Amino acid sequence: MNVPVSHVLLLAVALMGIGLMGVLVRRNVLFMLMSVEIMVNAAGLAFIAAGALWRRADGQVMFLFLLAMAAAEVAVGLAVVLLLYRRERTLDADAADQMRG
Amino acid sequence: MALAATLMVIVQTRVVHALLYLIVSLLAAATIFLSLGAPFAAALEVIIYAGAILVLFVFVLMMLNLSPATAERERWWLRCGVRPGPIVLGLILAGELVYIVLSGAGAGVAAQTVGPAEVGAALFGPYVLGVELASMLLLAALVGAYHLARRGPDGESRKGAGE
Repeated sequence: MNVPVSHVLLLAVALMGIGLMGVLVRRNVLFMLMSVEIMVNAAGLAFIAAGALWRRADGQVMFLFLLAMAAAEVAVGLAVVLLLYRRERTLDADAADQMRG
Repeated sequence: MALAATLMVIVQTRVVHALLYLIVSLLAAATIFLSLGAPFAAALEVIIYAGAILVLFVFVLMMLNLSPATAERERWWLRCGVRPGPIVLGLILAGELVYIVLSGAGAGVAAQTVGPAEVGAALFGPYVLGVELASMLLLAALVGAYHLARRGPDGESRKGAGE
């Protein structure tokens, strides 16, 4: 199967745009985290496409690092979400605009 | 299909539905990896992303028991998203980007697969430092998440602990 790399890059760009829109539009912290996941996934897609273009394993290695980073980010982010919900009883990101204590 | 599923993630107001659409989107991305000749990355995408990370999301979701009021507020935010200037500028930028990508070299990716053995050799060959950094990052995330989500010793919330 022969996939043009420009199509894959366009898909990655579209996914990144959708994730960015999600971060900007939604005010639920959980949705914002999921949008960040979408953006990380788009970056991984671009890495895989580049690695497949030059037939090197470096793209997949970068994808592995990206996966580890996403896991760490989700763990810390969900912990922050839990803390926010416990303090404010809401998931609204605007409720956390004080950043005190 | 990946685009449609991802769009549904954004416009859903119920969190559970959005999570399910996110799983569909990740699986579609995994099939794209497979067609790009990266079976190892596809397997990892399914296992780690669609498995572990989404299970984490579902756990937190069950701990939070959301009310319909939050869904109403999200719907309001989605409805009032009419700000023409930035949208037009962003569309112009996106058009330029599409033009640049399409006018560039239309190099096709052959179906030559890069197997797990090569990935492993590259990972523990020139990228050993990166592996160690990733392990340190995961350890820091583990400690940080535990510290943030910890309850106080008396069992109640840590609301006043940081103030």
